Amino acid sequence: MKPQPFAAGVSAALLAVTLGACGASGTDGETGSGDTAVTLTYWASNQGASLENDKEILTPELEKFTQQTGIKVKLEVVPWSDLTNNTLAAAVSGQGPDVLNIGNTNATTFQSTGAFYPFDDAALQKIGGKDRFVASAFASAGPAGSPPTSIPLYSQVYALYYNKKLFADAGLQPPATWEELVSTAQKLTNPAEKKYGVVIPGGTVNVSMHFSYIFSEQHGGAAFDAAGKPTFTSPGMIKGVKQYVDLVSANKVVNPSAAQYTDSAQAAGDFARGDAAMYMAQTSGINVLTKNGMTPDQYGIVPIPAPAGGTKISSFVAGTNVSIFKNTKHLDAALKFVAFLTSDEEQAILNKSYTTQPTVTGANASFTDDQEKLDAFTTILAEQAKPLPLIPGIQAFQANVGGAVVALIGKAATGTAVSEDDVKAALEEAQLKMGAS
Amino acid sequence: MALTFLKQAARRPAEPSPPAAQPAKRFTWTRLAPYLLILPAVLFELLVHVIPMIVGIFMSFIQLTQFFITNWSAAPFVGTGNYAVALDFSGPLGWQLVRSFLITLGFTVLVVGISFVFGMSAALVLHRLGRGRGFLRTLFLIPYALPAYAGIIIWKFILQRDNGLLNQLLVDGLHLASERPFWLIGGNAFVSVVVVSIWQQWPFAFLMSMAGMQVIPEELYQAAAIDGASTWQQIRFITMRMMKPLNAVLLLLLFLWTFREFNTPYVLFGPTPPEAADLLTVHIYSSSFITWNFGLGSAMSVLLMLFLVVVAGLWALWNRRVNRDA
Repeated sequence: MKPQPFAAGVSAALLAVTLGACGASGTDGETGSGDTAVTLTYWASNQGASLENDKEILTPELEKFTQQTGIKVKLEVVPWSDLTNNTLAAAVSGQGPDVLNIGNTNATTFQSTGAFYPFDDAALQKIGGKDRFVASAFASAGPAGSPPTSIPLYSQVYALYYNKKLFADAGLQPPATWEELVSTAQKLTNPAEKKYGVVIPGGTVNVSMHFSYIFSEQHGGAAFDAAGKPTFTSPGMIKGVKQYVDLVSANKVVNPSAAQYTDSAQAAGDFARGDAAMYMAQTSGINVLTKNGMTPDQYGIVPIPAPAGGTKISSFVAGTNVSIFKNTKHLDAALKFVAFLTSDEEQAILNKSYTTQPTVTGANASFTDDQEKLDAFTTILAEQAKPLPLIPGIQAFQANVGGAVVALIGKAATGTAVSEDDVKAALEEAQLKMGAS
Repeated sequence: MALTFLKQAARRPAEPSPPAAQPAKRFTWTRLAPYLLILPAVLFELLVHVIPMIVGIFMSFIQLTQFFITNWSAAPFVGTGNYAVALDFSGPLGWQLVRSFLITLGFTVLVVGISFVFGMSAALVLHRLGRGRGFLRTLFLIPYALPAYAGIIIWKFILQRDNGLLNQLLVDGLHLASERPFWLIGGNAFVSVVVVSIWQQWPFAFLMSMAGMQVIPEELYQAAAIDGASTWQQIRFITMRMMKPLNAVLLLLLFLWTFREFNTPYVLFGPTPPEAADLLTVHIYSSSFITWNFGLGSAMSVLLMLFLVVVAGLWALWNRRVNRDA
């Protein structure tokens, strides 16, 4: 009988110790960081060809920041597929990094959660004021009229990359209309040799949304009306989505296997190997292709063409923004870090490494030595890029329309012809889901 | 429960005097000890299971969307609104939930049935095997011992269309098909997720069956053999009968685990699975995490939980009848 109380006492003590330890570890983040040794946690998005590539590019710059300010930065590179979820989890729990990257597509959605620090005029002054930034890039930071919760970091647009050698061998010119793109692609497609005209990351939800948006704009369709209500079943929207899905379905110029590509890097691999002659990608594609062994002299870049008679839209204003987590305990340090990342000098260095366009007017685009490519991207950004609507439902638009298009591509790849009615039905369903959510 | 009760009953005659002698002294360490011992388990159970469950049920009654995730208390109370959306079968969310439910039901029946038959057969064979038993048992248990993620990711490689092992075998090796089939999108995705899940689940069925068979006394078989019972009759009348209670628990566990399987479909297909393999747990995950509507996702989770509670309840009723009959 004697040992029983003893055992009970021991287990109670153990429990107390365990719970105490839990409590202690919960507060760990706050302690040990006086003004002298602040460590910021930075979630960087995967901009490079791999997570390793990102670490190589960022680490020397972060060390420079530590030298200048004495503030240490703990870097975590997060793949895009996890970034939104991790950020969401951080927003819900209030436990997150101090500074983080977001896709500018999501800027308005995240702003609506209230999880990020709003850059009021005083804060904007600390990073040099908003007039330092390229207007089109800064417009993507959040809806006008309220302080933005993100600051543009890297700007990008879509373009059509084509393999110069494959085009020259077949005596072809880069396409100027969508019809030309399709006929050119058909000439370059030879399934028996596993050669295809175009490669798309068919299983990737966000990219599917991007192309749905771009192509529907080419057909004069809009995803949302002026009041921000979804209009996914407008004729232009249906035609635009069908134009994209038809690459796999009717035109058969895409390797059906691409329907399984859930990452745009997989598509880049096909293009770099010469298995696909054309590839629609953002500016950072230059860096990704280099890492895949394809040098910039091997491909040309032109705007993604619109159908003859359509509106000449070939991209939206894409890019990555940087935000400060509202719960940060080191706001001043975080602001210093954002100021560092958006300084003219760092903008020039980082955007050159990532082959993206700087978001500040003080740094010139220098992502490639090839003037032709620089001009092509600059023209697209200035003349043929239309920003995505700045509404909170944009994340749901991406999930529902992007998801629907991925499913349509899957259907087309497994041999089912996708008709206009199928597209309409899928978009109708996506729109109904928007209403419910 | 019954066991502790029996023990207490057996102990009672041994200590005849104290209860009458000190009725006033309520608090004793001896009396408190069992509760103190169970306290850590209860606390952790509350922390890990019960509290999150209650929070989940609460979430299902509020409109917890992107606008309120940093401040739950501001989320408007919508009563059964989320349930109405989830169960409105004329809307896309409702009928997709039903479709997902039916797919999951079919998936579960197939996986549990086949795993059970595999496990039982392998246990029967091994039970009668002399040499090599230990080796085969270890071999069969490998899928169960592997980290789930690693195992499934290997399957994902095998099932790739262009350079997956399966298509190499079917198309390039055996020339069974001219066109390379897809295994991770389209209708075949269902077959893939069933096969991978069976691969994962059956070792557990095997382990349990094997353990069950080992406690059946050898004399029963000897007696039956003397009476002239064939091997098949021994299996049918001795092994299967003796294992009925164990099989009942095994089937329930397999059903519950398989029905709420998340790893396999998520690792194979990612957050947007093909229609044919749209299992309920991933479906709910997409409905809440991808579209940021946690209230709706919670309502769907509560419905899933209710269904599993009903299954477990029906099982308990059936099991009581079986035990009474036995």
